[in-house]
Amino acid sequence: MAILDDLQLSRREVMATGAAVGVVAAPGLAEAAPAEPAPSVMPTLMKVSFTVNGQRQSLELDTRTTLLDALREHLKLTGSKKGCDHGQCGACTVIVDGRRINSCLSLAVMHEGDAITTIEGLGTPEKLHPVQAAFVRHDGYQCGYCTPGQICSAKAVLDEIKAGVPSHVTADLNAKVQFSEDELRERMSGNICRCGAYSNIVAAVAEVAEGKA
Amino acid sequence: MRAFSYERAKSPREAAAAVAADPTARFIAGGTNLLDLMKLEIETPARLVDVNGLKLDEITPTKGGGLRIGALVRNTDLAADKRVRKDYGVLSRALLAGASGQLRNKATTAGNLLQRTRCPYFYDTNMPCNKRTPGAGCSAIGGFTRSLAVLGASEACIATHPSDMAVALRVLDATVETVTPDGTERSIPIADFHRLPGDTPQVETALARGELITSVTLPKPIGGVHAYRKVRDRASYAFALVSVASVIHKDGSGRIALGGVAHKPWRVEAAESLLPRGAKAASEGLLAGARTTSQNAFKLTLAQRAIGAAVAEARA
Repeated sequence: MAILDDLQLSRREVMATGAAVGVVAAPGLAEAAPAEPAPSVMPTLMKVSFTVNGQRQSLELDTRTTLLDALREHLKLTGSKKGCDHGQCGACTVIVDGRRINSCLSLAVMHEGDAITTIEGLGTPEKLHPVQAAFVRHDGYQCGYCTPGQICSAKAVLDEIKAGVPSHVTADLNAKVQFSEDELRERMSGNICRCGAYSNIVAAVAEVAEGKA
Repeated sequence: MRAFSYERAKSPREAAAAVAADPTARFIAGGTNLLDLMKLEIETPARLVDVNGLKLDEITPTKGGGLRIGALVRNTDLAADKRVRKDYGVLSRALLAGASGQLRNKATTAGNLLQRTRCPYFYDTNMPCNKRTPGAGCSAIGGFTRSLAVLGASEACIATHPSDMAVALRVLDATVETVTPDGTERSIPIADFHRLPGDTPQVETALARGELITSVTLPKPIGGVHAYRKVRDRASYAFALVSVASVIHKDGSGRIALGGVAHKPWRVEAAESLLPRGAKAASEGLLAGARTTSQNAFKLTLAQRAIGAAVAEARA
């Protein structure tokens, strides 16, 4: 199996080796290997500077580093979570220049000069952000893994409604956008909670939106 | 993800020339689709040319009374633009029916047009796919076809185009404006922008190598009742099984295009002319020539009913 240590090994060779040691390949698998491997490029390092939670940060990163990995692995801000790493679950949601985005689907080097807010920048244990406090009051989580993304997303949703951004469930595109639980559910659909704490999340955010928090 | 070099383009023409000269280079704007595909090594560019600094992010009136939408206008901003909401409601509605709030904040107008199919076999690198590897074969044919094309497909590919926005642009007769690597500008009618798969399903648009979209223009408003009905497996954040973009006038005439059924937004102008005679007549013309499997034949019924509902609601 020494051949497996060779990093130059192609997919085709991996499959051939796999077959040789008795792994049964599915029909059609051999044809599925990419026809032409992309030309190999050495990893490229690049400098980038942005602010995170008000602090200026300068990093030198592999161009492949996502904003999420820069925050978690390089700046040790592990509040933002990696769930699916494909923009489907929303656990990585952060706020960049006032807008929520999936930090897993954005390259860190594309954020030169940006102002980034993560869950660590919204509130502190002593002084929680109103949305954080409402999540605690309403038990808006079970395992808590999706919670930082839910809270960053919810904070941005409230700002979007204030700014008059319509949604799929807004009845009249030309009227003033109003908060409602339907609006919230629609706007939060990019944040998945596998524990199913949705009803408490809605209660928590609604309380903040309605000014009762 | 494979390693790549990264650079920020300084002008549209320079960006076009850079990508045209290097077959391993790709433009990147919002990145929401490209980075997803790069993580899966379905896309493997060795060089990324970031076009975000090109100042193509404004919506401005055209001389003809329409709107010019910069290629980099984010989906959120386009959907929320007051002029679009008032005069091109079908476009706002289509955008708001797509993706999630986070993705719409990043995704651009041009990137939305250029997004790749969500055919499950295109995403599964263990299975042959003619889009990923031309000539490898299509795993979808004879496979799990519920979400796949029922119109305009070929023996090489039955993938659908996933965009909602593009379906609305099709009923609005939008034009895609580009700059080519030699600096020439080109206007491509949206009807000709996306291609049917034929025997080259890897060629998805009319764009030449390196040709960069700079804006999308809308003709002057056409009035009517604008709607975008999207039928999907969950109420939010899912691709369409079938969608209908419609602009219906008081006399019953109008325009309709379908999403989720073909490799491009599906509109048949000749069938549309039957709209005043009722939704059924128009639907039959629009869906003529459909080829279905036992798993996706439901799309035809769904499309007929969605068109019927759109017309009935507009005339109510």
